[in-house]
Amino acid sequence: MKFGKMKTHRRNRLLLVIFVVVMSGSGIAMALLALNENINLFYSPQEIVDGKAPVGQLIRAGGMVREGSVVRSDQDLTMSFRVSDLKNAEFTVHFEGILPDLFREGQGVIARGILRDDGEFIAEEVLAKHDEEYMPPELNDVIEQAHSEAAQ
Amino acid sequence: MIAELGHFSLILALGISFCLMVLPAWGVYSRNLTLMHTGGSMAAGLFVFLLTSFVCLGYVFITDDFSVNYVARNSNTALPVAYKISAVWGAHEGSFLLWTLVLGTWTFAVALFSRELTVDMRARVLSVLGGLAVGFILFLLLTSNPFDRSLPIYPAEGSDLNPLLQDFGLIVHPPMLYVGYVGFAVPFAFAIATLWSGRLDTAWARWSRPWTNIAWAFLTLGITLGSWWAYYELGWGGWWFWDAVENASFMPWLIGTALVHSLASTEKRGVFKSWTVLLAIAAFSLSLLGGFLVRSGVLTSVHAFAQDPERGLYILVFLVLVIGSSLTLYAIRAQGIKSNALFTWSSREALILVNNLLLVVATGAVLLGTLYPLAYEAFTGGDKISVGPPYFASVFVPIVMVLFVFMAISARSRWKDTSAGFSPRRQAVYFVAAVGIVSLLSALLATLVFPVILVTSIALWITINLADDVLSRLRNKRAKLRALVSQPLSYYGMIFGHLGIVVAMIGVCCTVYFSSEKDVRMLPGEVVALGGYEFEFHRMKKVQGPNYVADQGEIKVSRGGEPVTTLYPEKRLYTASQSVMTEADMDAGFFRDLYVALGEPVGESAWAVRVHVKPFVRWIWFGGLLVALGGGLAVLDKRYRLSRRSSESVAGASAV
Repeated sequence: MKFGKMKTHRRNRLLLVIFVVVMSGSGIAMALLALNENINLFYSPQEIVDGKAPVGQLIRAGGMVREGSVVRSDQDLTMSFRVSDLKNAEFTVHFEGILPDLFREGQGVIARGILRDDGEFIAEEVLAKHDEEYMPPELNDVIEQAHSEAAQ
Repeated sequence: MIAELGHFSLILALGISFCLMVLPAWGVYSRNLTLMHTGGSMAAGLFVFLLTSFVCLGYVFITDDFSVNYVARNSNTALPVAYKISAVWGAHEGSFLLWTLVLGTWTFAVALFSRELTVDMRARVLSVLGGLAVGFILFLLLTSNPFDRSLPIYPAEGSDLNPLLQDFGLIVHPPMLYVGYVGFAVPFAFAIATLWSGRLDTAWARWSRPWTNIAWAFLTLGITLGSWWAYYELGWGGWWFWDAVENASFMPWLIGTALVHSLASTEKRGVFKSWTVLLAIAAFSLSLLGGFLVRSGVLTSVHAFAQDPERGLYILVFLVLVIGSSLTLYAIRAQGIKSNALFTWSSREALILVNNLLLVVATGAVLLGTLYPLAYEAFTGGDKISVGPPYFASVFVPIVMVLFVFMAISARSRWKDTSAGFSPRRQAVYFVAAVGIVSLLSALLATLVFPVILVTSIALWITINLADDVLSRLRNKRAKLRALVSQPLSYYGMIFGHLGIVVAMIGVCCTVYFSSEKDVRMLPGEVVALGGYEFEFHRMKKVQGPNYVADQGEIKVSRGGEPVTTLYPEKRLYTASQSVMTEADMDAGFFRDLYVALGEPVGESAWAVRVHVKPFVRWIWFGGLLVALGGGLAVLDKRYRLSRRSSESVAGASAV
């Protein structure tokens, strides 16, 4: 079948189909590629301590901020604190910048950043829970697990 | 007592909505005119009882009746009255009551302004809306009753409204957003009614067009207000976070935008009929999906208010029912619809098709990023991930850039065939001129940044084309001013809508590329320089508010030694809930915002201070307002009022 001999509306329809396929195909390919590069896995304190989290990659980690563990510099806005799962696993988070209003010692926090090979976490961003009632699902699991294992 | 009255009228509203769903539909089935006509009065009844219920909840808030759980959790005697009223929709139960009231209002409005519809069509539309109301009211009564009391023991004082929500932005943002979200129920109902009747002609496009435009305009306004609120209230200086719930409102907007365009083609040219129906279904389904995401707590989001699996499950079931049944109906009825209009590749129809495809692809990309964490968790057995904002930026931005190019070309397009008014050479000249002007301007201002030049050039190119189109309509007219005034309002709606996008484009890219921000530790008297301004941390003092105490900073801003302004950011402690809140202060300007927020005290008399200089940030919201204005103008077009008479004759003809 020669392209030139096709009826105009047929050719239009074919062009349309090709256009749609190319557009959505490249859209999906682009999306999947970008998705692959931008997913951040979540790790619990136990997984960080056990070395299950990748070093040098952008990940998220979270747990409870240990009471009395916040240490601030008196020169700039660098600080560190310890994040635990309320059992025996905990790790140090370093952060420079302004913490969210709901950041408190003893409360839940999620940090996004990079794990160093010495097991300390360099956070780019620290998220605290949004209000008193709301707990991110990730943290909920960490805490529930800790509680149920402690009960056993 | 009043709470019981509210609860009772909600139950009555459920009964009425059930009748509204069943009776007109039964009338259509049994060809009973009396039953078909019951829809109007029942829609009025539904509205009245929902309004009564809503007013009752407001009354309970104002009178501080803390025996009602919802009030006790979200109010306080010291809360200013304006916030007591906005607290009605400050949390899950009340905001859903507002959502339902908005649906009732839309239903009533449809009943009032749809007299030009054929009797059976009106009955079908109202019946579909009644069915949706049943679903929503049942959800309220079964899982989230705002009138629940905790008797006999109840708190003497309420635990206060979340301080983030004690703000003017929250008084207006949710109602606007809901009017938009829920407004898509109307084109949805029209689409379902059309499929149900089997008469998929272009009349339904004319009927649903004004409703779609107004819903879309409100959604635009709601999203714009939300972005503005996030900017000044969250204290991060950000205006869009690609947060799951923002996406939930953005996806219906994108599909709504596609719908607004494709409805125009269906009405004017009778093309894309079944596609437009599908878009109407998709827009409302995505609104419902948004409701599901906000309320089920399945995604980590700053907005997720209620983390209650039961509620999530209910909405999920409702969602599946609505989407499933409408798509089934679509599958049965949409075959065999033919459009007989022909158009060429340069016609407006073809360009609108491209617009639709790009918008749908963009929505798909946002949907993928939003739901991917859920799918990932389900498939990997509980591994939690989040999709970072860079994903959205890297996928969404290229798609809309292509969209903008087509937007520029489309301004001069005509229905059916554009070859007369459109010349590629002229477009090339316009584009080169735009790039030239923008580059020259950037060079003069010493701000040569490639992406900004690209986006701004396309923005200018679009503007040139719009201006060219306006001028072309005046050509060969002797009374230019009269010709300008006599253009239909919907034409100006299109111009303002597109100009709004242009303004927002410039705002977004300048804010992204030219903003500077710094988080610094400051002692009183210290100065930090940023973006050509000097910010001096002068002093701190204590301030007492109605229901909070605050540390207020005084920051003097100057430029080259000349004082510009003084900013007073606060760190508030709301006494009832003991929660801390950042109240940023900013100096808003047409070309730049100066934004200062306090972090926390770090050591003796030193504070963490966040300073931003954000050029053109206001343009983002100004653009949004223009887009909403465009949508509003299109609705006011006299065509929709005149069409009443002409469609009556059409209706008369088709009834014969």
